[in-house]
Amino acid sequence: MQFIDPHHELPEGTLRLANTDDVLARAEQIRAHDRVALDFPKWTDGRAYSQAVLLRGRLRWGGDIVATGEVLADMLPLLRRCGFTAVRLRADQDIRTAERALGFFDGELRPYQASHAERAERAERGHGLVRSARRDRDTREAA
Amino acid sequence: MYRYTEQDRRFVHARAAQYRDQLERHLAGALSADDFRPLRLQNGWYVQRHAPMLRVAIPYGELASTQLRALARIAREYDDRGSGFGAVTGFGHFTTRQNIQFNWIPLERSAEVMELLAGVDMHGIQTSGNCIRNITSDALAGIAPDEIVDPRPYCEILRQWSTLHPEFAFLPRKFKIAVSGAREDRAAIAWHDIGLQLLRNDAGDVGFRVLVGGGMGRTPVIATPVAEFVRWDAILVFIEAIVRVYNLFGRRDNAYKARIKILVKAEGQRFVDAVQREFAALLDDPTTTLVPQAELDRVAAHFVAPVASGFVPQRAPHGDAPPAFRRWLGRNVHAHRLSGYRAVTLSLKRAGQPPGDVTAEQMEGAAALAERYSLGELRVTHEQNLLLPWVREDQLAALWVEAREGGFATPNIGLVTDMIACPGGDLCALANARSIPIAAALTERFADLDEQHDIGDIDLHISGCINSCGHHHSGHIGVLGVDKDGSEWYQLTVGGGDGRDLAGAAQPGKVIGPSFAADEVADAIEALIEVYLRDRLPGERFVHTARRLGVTPFRTATDAVRRSTATALTE
Repeated sequence: MQFIDPHHELPEGTLRLANTDDVLARAEQIRAHDRVALDFPKWTDGRAYSQAVLLRGRLRWGGDIVATGEVLADMLPLLRRCGFTAVRLRADQDIRTAERALGFFDGELRPYQASHAERAERAERGHGLVRSARRDRDTREAA
Repeated sequence: MYRYTEQDRRFVHARAAQYRDQLERHLAGALSADDFRPLRLQNGWYVQRHAPMLRVAIPYGELASTQLRALARIAREYDDRGSGFGAVTGFGHFTTRQNIQFNWIPLERSAEVMELLAGVDMHGIQTSGNCIRNITSDALAGIAPDEIVDPRPYCEILRQWSTLHPEFAFLPRKFKIAVSGAREDRAAIAWHDIGLQLLRNDAGDVGFRVLVGGGMGRTPVIATPVAEFVRWDAILVFIEAIVRVYNLFGRRDNAYKARIKILVKAEGQRFVDAVQREFAALLDDPTTTLVPQAELDRVAAHFVAPVASGFVPQRAPHGDAPPAFRRWLGRNVHAHRLSGYRAVTLSLKRAGQPPGDVTAEQMEGAAALAERYSLGELRVTHEQNLLLPWVREDQLAALWVEAREGGFATPNIGLVTDMIACPGGDLCALANARSIPIAAALTERFADLDEQHDIGDIDLHISGCINSCGHHHSGHIGVLGVDKDGSEWYQLTVGGGDGRDLAGAAQPGKVIGPSFAADEVADAIEALIEVYLRDRLPGERFVHTARRLGVTPFRTATDAVRRSTATALTE
């Protein structure tokens, strides 16, 4: 996870989206950028998590996703799992706390939900325990 | 019962460690009260009227006796320190959503309690906050004779999926899912944000009928069916679609309009279409995963009946049994899927204790009964009682004797004193009025068991405020505490139903006139019941009489017993 100094502007060429924007409708514009900033006007307003999931899962967009606005250290595990790659923390937040927050569910400890990256990897490997929904449906329809 | 894997265990310990880190930062002043609040809520820690309140999840109501003993230890060692209010401490309170609450644990010791809970495979994760809450189900899951499919494996899969789901931790508002696997809905699914009904289609495949947008609060709404059949292995994908649409489009400008029921009502078919589009898009995505059969099998293996079917014991000679025992058999003992077995409710509704409350000693007593008579397993019921799921028919008489000694054998299940009540204004910071004194007055008023049995089946539900934790909307009689000019008033409703066969499809009750003063409530409820006893048809239950007669005769009868509120009525 990359930390962007809260006192600096976002890197040039970052597309800033509001958390009410329809990311699927703006796919073309998003694809023209390397970096998108998703906003948390309040840290308890969780719309940007779903926006990030749609960017990764639906659009297969591989650029940087930056969390901006009221971003707290304790949000980091959720942000990472939804596909964010960078954060600009609220100015009073401590980077060391944020890094520690990432460590509680780390290593061997697998969360219950596969992140998009894990899903994609497993689907590619044709992992024994996981079937893709499409393959399964096609099989059913063929039968 | 589901037994935690090493992975599950590490997970709840990691969560406890994360919480300790947050608590310590808060106590050191590095995490403000405002920022700490949503974090502690998602671990079950409220700050209530006098002290913090901890809500512990008992997923889909299944509880091991060893877990109940740990809860007793928490009540004894943590719920009685330094409260300084001279209040009753050292107890827990079972809720309508299969949770248990403690009221007097100092926040400084909260991390210790989370570690203790993790040690017995328990947690308070997502028992509060604007996230997916504890998954609830039928207390008779896996043992009910009318079961179509055992809901517990699916509940456990849902529990795991919803636990710390990163996308859905900060929804517009709280989100409650209930699952029923039987013909009769004993889980009040139509009153939930998502209600799931397990069924089999014509091909014999297992799937779910999905309801969305039920809820209580100030706008009672019965959930809308959005899918008649979603195959079991796609249910997480379908729920993901529902919750994603809600997360993106649910209102966040007004907490009273933020539940999914408001979105479903406002958007109607457009909401259903949006969910179906999202579901289709997810199914089209080759990386979307369905629940693998092997995973269902792994989880389902935990729920294989712990006893063999077909065991037929020698029946105890119940014919010449004492009348009190026969009465208990009639009310507290329920039919079982396996011959020779019965399910037995341990009543937590008795004089001198608020509904659903249990002391540390009583928890240990109930744990001992479960160990002796029910293979160490208990259930927490929606009606705030405990239930023993594996009682041998030939041990009923012995169990009755011991349950009586422990104060668990009041033969009142389903009767007027088996009421649901929230903790109310005595403990809860949100409440407008107290629930406990109303429940106590009614328990005393209807203490006569013969009278209770004559009145028969009736659901009496009491909420101390419009948040409806006491499910007043679904009561055959509902009592709602309201605040006017700083004093306590109570609104009465009749004719509601939670969805069980007794009262048919779920529906909210109808209001009987203006609010009553606290000291009029017991008289008014007695008046409601007198109308029923006077006008009932042979075999008719209260709820049916109430619906047949409509509000008017009940209003007349309750107006006649008003005292302080009578003047206001004529003005």
